[in-house]
Amino acid sequence: MTSAASPQGLPMPRIRPGRIVAWTLLFIGGVIMVTPLLFMLSTSLKDASQVYDLRVIPEAPTLDNYIEILGDGRFTRWFFNSMIVAVIVTLSNVFFDSLVGYTLAKFRFRGRYIVFIAILSTLMIPTEMLVLPWYLMASQFGWLDSYWGIMFPGMMTAFGTFLMKQFFEGVPNDFLEAARIDGLNEFTIWWKIAMPLVTPALSALAIFTFLGNWTAFFWPLIVTTSADLYTLPVGLSSFAVEQSIQWEKIMTGASIATLPTLIIFLFLQRYIVRGVMLAGLKG
Amino acid sequence: MATIEIDRLVKRYGQTTVVHGIDLSIRDGEFVVLVGPSGCGKSTTLRMIAGLEEISGGAIRIGGRIVNDLQPKDRNIAMVFQNYAIYPHMSVADNIAFGLYRSNLSKGEKRRRVEQVAETLGLSQLLERRPSALSGGQRQRVAIGRAMVRDPAAFLFDEPLSNLDAQLRTQMRIEIKRLHHRLGTTSVFVTHDQVEAMTMADRIVVMRDGRILQVGTPLELYDKPVDVFTARFIGSPTMNLLPASLRDGGADLSTGGSVRVPYSSATTSDILVGARPQDLVPTASDAQGLTVSGTVAVVETLGSETLVHVESAGQTVIGSIPGRQIPRIGEHLTLHAPAERLYYFDRITEKALAVQ
Repeated sequence: MTSAASPQGLPMPRIRPGRIVAWTLLFIGGVIMVTPLLFMLSTSLKDASQVYDLRVIPEAPTLDNYIEILGDGRFTRWFFNSMIVAVIVTLSNVFFDSLVGYTLAKFRFRGRYIVFIAILSTLMIPTEMLVLPWYLMASQFGWLDSYWGIMFPGMMTAFGTFLMKQFFEGVPNDFLEAARIDGLNEFTIWWKIAMPLVTPALSALAIFTFLGNWTAFFWPLIVTTSADLYTLPVGLSSFAVEQSIQWEKIMTGASIATLPTLIIFLFLQRYIVRGVMLAGLKG
Repeated sequence: MATIEIDRLVKRYGQTTVVHGIDLSIRDGEFVVLVGPSGCGKSTTLRMIAGLEEISGGAIRIGGRIVNDLQPKDRNIAMVFQNYAIYPHMSVADNIAFGLYRSNLSKGEKRRRVEQVAETLGLSQLLERRPSALSGGQRQRVAIGRAMVRDPAAFLFDEPLSNLDAQLRTQMRIEIKRLHHRLGTTSVFVTHDQVEAMTMADRIVVMRDGRILQVGTPLELYDKPVDVFTARFIGSPTMNLLPASLRDGGADLSTGGSVRVPYSSATTSDILVGARPQDLVPTASDAQGLTVSGTVAVVETLGSETLVHVESAGQTVIGSIPGRQIPRIGEHLTLHAPAERLYYFDRITEKALAVQ
């Protein structure tokens, strides 16, 4: 072993080369991730004349953009629209994906495997291919330019169902059987016993679904025509087409739009890491 | 409280039959232990009584009522699982109270019953804790509490002690037995541990390959096993079985010497002579009994007695020496078992020989 000694005679901790490579890669990754966010925040604090000044710390920081954006009725409307869509779709996914996932994981019935494969196979179809049928469907049912039109394709997802099925498979049957003997019906067993045991998965699903819908752009852009129904990403993009591109406004809107996702993540992440599942079992 | 009657009970999974038409009658207030090796059908039988498995044939009656098509919740039974199955997201009090989920009792009455059960099981100080903050024994007590609180017609235990360490297992064994004496509720207990079966049961049901081999009190099974399997399964260490050839009124042992054989229902002259290690001691007591001489191969000192493994004519026989006379390995030793403590089995059918 070649452990060098410090001047005080204490052995220096030996740093493995693999660690150095890992840290370097993580550092580069971190910088790549954080830089756009920093620029977004920085640009939001600049006035229009400083936008192309690429210094991270603005020369004359100003909150004018925030005051203007938050005072603009359209922005608050879009924020509200996004919130409505993201919250309802998230709740719907948490409910239906886990209900179907639980059924596929815990009940033996004829055709179960075929149903599961059919659900999974929809994961292979790219969104671009689905947009046309979605649009035709929305058009025929009169859902164009409505909240329901924005939400209906995502109310239940194959990915969520798959994720929840996998987690429910890890829930020991003893819990469910004990509840059956205690007199709960199947729906109550799912709701009161199985659901609390998969909180980490539900949190993960909620975060993914909320983020996906909060930042969704393509489908809301297609299905909505009136500015009153725009979601935040669609609305923000209109800053780039109406007049010239107003980067400082877009960046301010984006900075505000980041807040709910941050709050949701900070609120739910502790549930992801908490392994409640095995606490009631042996050991 | 209730009787449980099992009538020609069958369980099939597809083409495979795992329980072959068993009959069993459990008396009101009786503590019956189903025992047998893994895959013998004991847990499946218990789960069919609970209603967690569908019945492929036959009938189950609880309290005289056929329950074949009743949901578990409608059978008025309570079950304690091997993995405890107490809900990790609920406090101890809520877990116990869950046993009263369908009860129409007032909130106050439910609380009073939970406290009463907690008092009985020594859980009063832990009512607000979550299961993750409990030891294995405490968790199992919570599971028992949830079963007790409802005052069910019968308790079903599915290997409830197998996840506990040896000391805790002994303690819980005594607690469950004491509880049964107090409550007098009909109980069916499944285990693969013959010591649990012997110490807890009013009657033991020995099962193998989906069939009941023998039903009896612990001593009946110990003294009069009907076949080699039960003889070896009940009792620890396991019974010594020595091949022997029948001749007039006796049998010549493969290890040398001979014994008197009082029965002669064997289909051939090949039999097995059995002797429990506790009966095979160095003191000669009976000229007609079994005598085995050989070399000491292994010595197991237990304190109150010493088990000796003696090698004789290529066979290992386990005997016991009371007190602290510990023989040396390699020493020559002669062990004797009295004739009235010997067991005789047909070597072909493995059934116990009977008086003809």
